[in-house]
Amino acid sequence: MLLTRRIEFSASHVCRRPDWSEAENRALYGEEASPRGHGHNFVLEVTLEGEPDPVTGMVVDLKAVKTILEQEVVEPMDHRHLNAEVPPFDRTVPTTENLAVEIWRRLEPRFRGSPARIHAVRLYETEDLYVEYAGL
Amino acid sequence: MPGSDQSRPEVRLGRRYRFSASHRLHAEQLSAERNREVFGKCNNPFGHGHDYVMEITLAGELDPAAGRLVPLDMLDHFIRRVWLDQVDRRNLNLDLAEFAALVPTTENLALVAARRLAEAWPHWFGARPARLEKVRIWETPRNIFEVFVSSLETQENSRNEIVIESRRQGS
Repeated sequence: MLLTRRIEFSASHVCRRPDWSEAENRALYGEEASPRGHGHNFVLEVTLEGEPDPVTGMVVDLKAVKTILEQEVVEPMDHRHLNAEVPPFDRTVPTTENLAVEIWRRLEPRFRGSPARIHAVRLYETEDLYVEYAGL
Repeated sequence: MPGSDQSRPEVRLGRRYRFSASHRLHAEQLSAERNREVFGKCNNPFGHGHDYVMEITLAGELDPAAGRLVPLDMLDHFIRRVWLDQVDRRNLNLDLAEFAALVPTTENLALVAARRLAEAWPHWFGARPARLEKVRIWETPRNIFEVFVSSLETQENSRNEIVIESRRQGS
């Protein structure tokens, strides 16, 4: 079965490539390319997959899940500037797509050997835009 | 290998839009009484409206150097031209050709949206690795309908079969 835990963090970013012209950056990233940056209240949904333990009735200890999400996502990213403070976004563009993939890469190893396997992450930049990644 | 820096991760992008429209659920093939039974309040001859929410899902291999599946301004422009301009503040029964002979339930509305978007998609985004995967429409926060673009051809075929079958029975 699947279960989903939701967390929130707020961060600023700039989506632009230094090797591109202003026009090229605007064409791909639109307003997200504004050079001084802007912020979002990101909402992250992490979906885990596993079977309930016959005794506890739980797939996984949700307190442990919360701790992993706080260590890997909230502490390094909440109230931070992603480009300036959160590698690898000093080198790659912190779009919602790249951020979702990076969050997966941080979380996936933490659930290896756990009773719950990570199934997918869904990152909402706003309530009208999200990116989902399932490790493929 | 998943997770290696050279790989192109397969990501999904969901984007939500809103439109308001009116409709009346009424099937010409059914009696007035039967229409009232089947559609209830939705059969009101004057129609009624909803604030619809539509979510489209794209899928594709992401180039991490760009980090963007499609330019969102272009996606928004596409949805506005191909869909929102045709349905927002419109009467679905009268303003959409498909509903001249088809009941504009949100099931059918989701199918019509998916067909129109899928048909126009290659002209706008054919050169890009992103494909249109799914259309989901909320008629109200409680009624939600979802169509996978990959299922459209199958549904088209089965619908044709039904039409052929009913012609056979009629003849």
